[in-house]
Amino acid sequence: MEHIHKRFPGVYALNDVSYELRAGEVHALLGENGAGKSTLIKVLGGIYHPEEGEITIEGKKVTIGGVRDAQDNGIAIIHQELVLVPHMTVAENIFLGREHGSGVLIDRKKMTEEAQALLDAQEINVDANALIKDLTIAQQQMVEIVKAISYNSKILVMDEPTSSISDKEVAFLFETMRKLTAKGVGIVYISHKMSELEEICDRVTIMRDGQYVGTKVVKETTKDDLIAMMVGRELTNYYTRDYQEAGETLLRCDNISDGKMVQDASFELKKGEIVGFAGLVGAGRSETMKCIFGLTKGSKGDVYVEGKKVNIQSPIDALKYGIALVPEDRKLEGLYHVQSVRFNSTIEVLEQFIHGIAVDGKKEVDITQKYIDMMSTKTPTQEQAIGNLSGGNQQKVMIGRWLATDPKILILDEPTRGVDVGAKSEIYAIMNQLVKEGMSIIMISSELPEIINMSDRVYVMAEGRVAGCLDHAEVTQESIMQLAAN
Amino acid sequence: MAQEAAKKASSNKVAAFLKENMGIIGALLVLCVFLAVFPATSGSFLTSKNIFNVLRQISTNMFLACGMTMVIILGGIDLSVGSIIALSGVLAAGCVSRYNLPIAIALIVGVLIGLVIGVFNGFVISSTTIPPFIVTLATMNIARGLAKVYTGGSPVRVVTKEWQFIGAGYVGFVPVPVILMIIVLIITALIMNKTKMGRHIYAVGGNAQAAVFSGIKVSRVKFFVHAFSGVMAGLAGIVLASRMYSGQPTAGEGAEMDAIAAVVVGGTSMAGGSGKIGGTIIGALIIGILNNGLNLLNVNSFWQDVVKGIVILLAVFIDYVKNTKSKA
Repeated sequence: MEHIHKRFPGVYALNDVSYELRAGEVHALLGENGAGKSTLIKVLGGIYHPEEGEITIEGKKVTIGGVRDAQDNGIAIIHQELVLVPHMTVAENIFLGREHGSGVLIDRKKMTEEAQALLDAQEINVDANALIKDLTIAQQQMVEIVKAISYNSKILVMDEPTSSISDKEVAFLFETMRKLTAKGVGIVYISHKMSELEEICDRVTIMRDGQYVGTKVVKETTKDDLIAMMVGRELTNYYTRDYQEAGETLLRCDNISDGKMVQDASFELKKGEIVGFAGLVGAGRSETMKCIFGLTKGSKGDVYVEGKKVNIQSPIDALKYGIALVPEDRKLEGLYHVQSVRFNSTIEVLEQFIHGIAVDGKKEVDITQKYIDMMSTKTPTQEQAIGNLSGGNQQKVMIGRWLATDPKILILDEPTRGVDVGAKSEIYAIMNQLVKEGMSIIMISSELPEIINMSDRVYVMAEGRVAGCLDHAEVTQESIMQLAAN
Repeated sequence: MAQEAAKKASSNKVAAFLKENMGIIGALLVLCVFLAVFPATSGSFLTSKNIFNVLRQISTNMFLACGMTMVIILGGIDLSVGSIIALSGVLAAGCVSRYNLPIAIALIVGVLIGLVIGVFNGFVISSTTIPPFIVTLATMNIARGLAKVYTGGSPVRVVTKEWQFIGAGYVGFVPVPVILMIIVLIITALIMNKTKMGRHIYAVGGNAQAAVFSGIKVSRVKFFVHAFSGVMAGLAGIVLASRMYSGQPTAGEGAEMDAIAAVVVGGTSMAGGSGKIGGTIIGALIIGILNNGLNLLNVNSFWQDVVKGIVILLAVFIDYVKNTKSKA
C-alpha cells in the first residue's frame, strides 16, 4: 500500500500512509487510539475507498472496491469483534455465503466434512458441528482463522486478536500464526501489547495522527524507541489550565472491582483538581467509573465522599452524593435524539420545576438557557431536536445536563470525542473554570495531549488495574504509554 | 411578565402541534366536510345525535389508544388489550348477574382485572428482556381463554337497568362514555405532558440506555405504562359490556389493532420516543368517523376494512414523506 490518503468530512484520517507486507512475515501495525490503523485496514478490506494512493499485491496493481474484491485478492480480516453467526454451526460459518450444494439445496454433509478437514489440518480441536455460541472466544478466533485460510488468503489481518483471550490461548494462537507464515502467508498484526511484538512480529510500522511515521525491524529496536515514535507529536496550545493548590480529599475509592473489566482499582480525587484517567481501550476506565456511579450491579469496593463511606447502588444515589457522570458514548448513552434541547437539558432536574402535575414552564426555559449560555451551545431554539446539532454542541448540552445537577464531582468520559477543535477548546476552558470554582473533575480520555495538558494528576490503567499515578510534573506521553502498555 | 411568557410558550406549542400534524388534521377536516355536504350523508352526519353517537363509538377505542400511545412511545406494544375488554366485561357482568353484587363493585372488579393483567405484563416486561410483543401476545391468549372458560362461550346477560348507565346512559344530553373519554384524555394528557413520569416515558422510549445513565428507574416506568394500559382496557371492557347489556367473551376481538392504528395514524413512531396524545385523538377520530361515514353510505362491512387499511397506509405514508423531507 503506497501513499494512501483518506479524508472524512472535517478529518484527514490517512495522510500519505505506506505499508509493505512480505510473504511469510508478521508485520505489526502500531499506533495510539485514533492513529488511523483501523482506517488503513478498512481501506485494505474494501470498506473504505482511498482518495489517493495505490495497492499492489504480488506486483500487480489492484483496486479493492468492496469486501468481495478483498477476498478475491486473498485478503482476509479478522476483526476485533468477531463477526461469526452465533446460532449457526462452525461449518456453516466457515462456508457462509458460498455454501456447497446444487441449486438451492445445501450439501450439509460435504460442508461439514470439509470444515472438519480444515480444522484438523490446523490441529484445532473444534467440532465442525458445534454451534458458534458454545465456543470460547479463543476457539471462535480459530474458526475465523480457518475461515480465512479456506479462502486461500495470502494476507491475513488480525486486529488485536489477544485482547480477550488467556495466555495459554495466546501461545496456541502464535503457534498457528507461525505455521501460516511458514506456508508463506503474510500477517498484518495490530496490537497494543509491546511484549507480543517481540515474540511474534518481524517488522513493525508505526502510525500517528493518520500519518506514516516509520518502519523498523523489531529485533533492532527497543520498546522506548517505539513509544517515542508513537507519541512524538507536537502539543497544540489550545488548552486553558490554571493550576492551583488542591484541597482536601473529596473522593476516595478503594479496591473497586466489577468481576470482569475492573480489578482492585484504587484512587482518590481532591477538591479543585482535575484527575486524568489514561489507558488503552479496554483498560477498564469507563467500567471503573460506572461502578462508582452505581451503574454496575454487584460491583465491589469502598467509596468515600468527603471522608464518609457511601453506598451507591444507582445513579440516583450517586447524584445525591454530588457525583455526576457524562457518559462516553453520547449517541448510545446520552442523547434522546428526537427530543428537544430543552428536554435533553432538564431530564436530570425535573424535580426542580415539576411538582405533581404543576410544570413551571418558565423555570424550565430558564434552566435550559442558563446552561446554553454557560456552555455557549449553538442551537437555533430550545425546541430544536438535539439530533440535529453538531457533535460539539450535543456534547455541550450533555455536560450542561449534568452540571444542572450541581455536582461536586464531575466525571467526564471522553469529553471531547467527536468534537471539533473549537468546541474542544471551549470545553477545556469550562473545565478550568469549574475547578477554579471548587468542583473536582475526573476526566477519562484516550487523547494523551488532553490528559497531559489538563490534569493535575494522571492515573494510568492497564487491564483493569491502576498501573500507576503520575504527577503533573512527571507526566509525559512516554511515561503514560510505559504504564499503559505493560 | 412570567405569565405572558408562559402564555406565549403555550400558544407556540399549539401552533407547533397544528403544523406538525397538518396532514392528519387536514384529512380529518376533509373527511368531515365530505360527509357533511355529500348528499347521501348530509342529512344524517351533521346531527347532534349522530355526532354523539360517533363519539360514543369512538370512546372504547380511545381508552385503549390512550394506554397504547404510552406503550408505543415506550417502544413497546400491548396486544392484550382487546382480550382484556372481554375478560373485564364478562367478569363485571358476572358479578351482577351471577353473584348479585352491587353494580359499583362489578365495575371496579372489571377495571381491576385490567389492572391485574397490565401489572403482570409490566412485571414480566420490566424484569426480563422478553419482547413486549411476545409477553402481551401470551396474555392476549390467556385473557381471551379465561373469558371463554368463565362464560362457556356464551354472553353473560345483565337485566338490571342501572347496568346500562355507564355504557349507554346520558348526563344531560351527553353520553356517559363521552364524559369518561374526556376525563381519561385529560388524565392521559396530564401524565404525559405535566409529570416526571411523562418525561421518563419519552426518555426510556427514546434511548433506554441513556435513561439508565440518567438515573431513571426504567423498570418502574415500563411497569407503570403497562399497568395503565391494562386499566384503560378494563375500563373499555365495562363500558362495552354495559352498552351491550352483557359481557361477551368475543368482545374486543381485534380492538388492539384499532388502537394501534389510531396511535400510528396520529403520528406516533413505532420506534418509540416520540408522539403526542393529541395526535392519537385525531387518529381515533379519523378511524371512528370513517367507520361511521362508511356505515351511513351503506358500504358493505368487508369493504370498510379495505378502506380502513388504505387510510392507515396513507396516513403513515404522509408522515414518512414529511419526515424524510425534513431530514434532507
